[in-house]
Amino acid sequence: MATSQWWASESFWRKTAIWVTGGSFIVLILLTMDTLPQISTGSQRVPAYSVINHRIEYKFDEQRKVQVPVLGAMEPLFGKELNEAEAEALVKLGKLTIQAKNCMNCHTLLGNGAYYAPDLTKAWLDQYWGTKEIREEQMVEFIKDPSTRLHNGIGRRMPRLGVTDEEARGVVAFLKWMSSIDTNGFPYNFKSIEQEN
Amino acid sequence: MATLGKLDSANLNGGQKLAVKYFTVALVLLGAQVLFGLFAGMQYLKPDLFYETLDFSVNRMVHINALVVWLLYGFLGSVYWLLEEESEHKVVGLKLGNLIFWVLTAAVTVVVLVYLFVQIGPGKESSLWLINEGREYIEAPRWADIGIVVSVLVVFYNVAATFSKGRYTGIGGVLVLDMLALFGIYLAGMFYTTNISVDQYWWWWVIHLWVEATWEVMVACIMAYGLMRVLGVRRKIVETWLYIEVALMFGSGILGLGHHYFWIGTPEYWFSIGGFFSALEPIPLVAMVVHAVFDAGARHAKNSNHPAMAWLIAHAFGNFFGAGVWGFMHTLPQINLYTHGTQWSASHGHLAFFGAYATIIIAMFYLALQYWRGKTWMAGELPGNGWKWKWSLGLLNLGMVGMTVSMLVSGYVQSQIERAIEGSTWIGYFAAQAHPWFTQGMWWRELFGVMFAVGFVLLVWDLLTIGRGETRAMQPAVAEE
Repeated sequence: MATSQWWASESFWRKTAIWVTGGSFIVLILLTMDTLPQISTGSQRVPAYSVINHRIEYKFDEQRKVQVPVLGAMEPLFGKELNEAEAEALVKLGKLTIQAKNCMNCHTLLGNGAYYAPDLTKAWLDQYWGTKEIREEQMVEFIKDPSTRLHNGIGRRMPRLGVTDEEARGVVAFLKWMSSIDTNGFPYNFKSIEQEN
Repeated sequence: MATLGKLDSANLNGGQKLAVKYFTVALVLLGAQVLFGLFAGMQYLKPDLFYETLDFSVNRMVHINALVVWLLYGFLGSVYWLLEEESEHKVVGLKLGNLIFWVLTAAVTVVVLVYLFVQIGPGKESSLWLINEGREYIEAPRWADIGIVVSVLVVFYNVAATFSKGRYTGIGGVLVLDMLALFGIYLAGMFYTTNISVDQYWWWWVIHLWVEATWEVMVACIMAYGLMRVLGVRRKIVETWLYIEVALMFGSGILGLGHHYFWIGTPEYWFSIGGFFSALEPIPLVAMVVHAVFDAGARHAKNSNHPAMAWLIAHAFGNFFGAGVWGFMHTLPQINLYTHGTQWSASHGHLAFFGAYATIIIAMFYLALQYWRGKTWMAGELPGNGWKWKWSLGLLNLGMVGMTVSMLVSGYVQSQIERAIEGSTWIGYFAAQAHPWFTQGMWWRELFGVMFAVGFVLLVWDLLTIGRGETRAMQPAVAEE
């Protein structure tokens, strides 16, 4: 009978299950230890929050064959250069607002969330905001009161979420910072707003 | 004494009495999931519906949270259901287990009411503690997280202590270790960080390692128990397969986590790791059932519960297609670049959650009712030829497959227009959403959603009535040796 074979026995598979599970988990821990420093704030892939003082571009990298964020000249957000602590405080306010207003159940961030509204990964660079001169104020005003503004041709609108002026500025800071994260070319084939002087 | 054909708690053991409470709440939450899903689906078609009253974000949050919680209730109910039979011992600390059931249910009620009537808060940490954490699937505010951890610790104590005092079967051992992992992983989602890459790194530990690892092993345990009950399959066979499944599930699923680390800022080596291991994930999903059914056929086994067996088979196929095939279709990074965060994900999510989890918990509902009504007859020749369970089975499965395929069509259109042609801008996104092919998919999804809802109503009706007044005792599930 087949069950007398070693490869069909209960004890063989019990041991295999234990070793495979333990081994996989240890590999995951090791990979996590390698990955976390590479995505900590201020790393190459995930820049420091003060990156919002700079122009952020999204350019095709000939070697990697994907688009990557590139830091450009000084272009402080809302015209005011912030030190690292001030920048972090503003971005943090934005992230807290994004969570407290439940943005992720309509939008995606880094592609994760719901699919009822556009992805926000590169929202800072989106052509919708017109020109880079008016972008910041456009974004703040839109977030504060989106319901009456032009969205699209299909009638889907973002609701008013009671976002304050300060919170809206925080959200814009967060979106600018998020656009500087190296996401391995996601979103693909993105067409950025014109930013040259 | 068993009373045949009547719903009588004297027919159940201590753990099973608690189990049917969990099952009842699970069924109510499934109803909520269907209702709010229909609202959210309708908003794709009529965006002004409930605008600024019950926005898409609220409906969608209730839809997916009801899903997570009803499945968890289904799992906890299933565990309490099989606990005394497996361990051959009364549940240790059952009173505490009962108390925790009421505490947990009260907490879930408060969370849902806050979702519906408070919805959002100011951009402060207090909002995350009291209202909504704003992270998909684990939106529950932090106070509720702590409550959940305390509750599951009590459940874990019930289960581990009962097996320890009684006997540890293979199912029991796997179950205890799996619950430990399941509950431990939840802690990885309970903190705030501004760095969204780190945030999503740990967030996926909770979501992925639950859904694609520990939950799969949980349902493998339930399946092993269910096959022994319904088909009389020998313990040695199901437990050997259970170990094989654990090895394959954890062997592919733990590192398969990598397929969520393609685009969140994490290094490129996750492409190979995530791609390779998640490609292996479909393998374990169908083997045990195929073997069991083959074995049962070879030994002319009698099936004691036709609806439960039908749902177990639906689980085997649903798990393989929904989680396995639909997941594999877009798991490789070269494809995922175009499909990540589109209706593809929604299509896969629907068929996977339904196929892998909803089906097997519905099977447990039927098994529970059979025993609750005093081990009544539930094989062939039911009144009306069992039309209610057959029609609800058909409508629910067809409705789900219909929704899945509709969303996949919309997903293809979205990948093509938004990603490949337009380049993922806001304009590109709406160009795809406005395309007739996309909106047709959304209409069909809503239509099949209504079909699913009808199936759900029929399911509830059937669960309330099946076996009532039945005079025949259960056909025992024994096989010729």
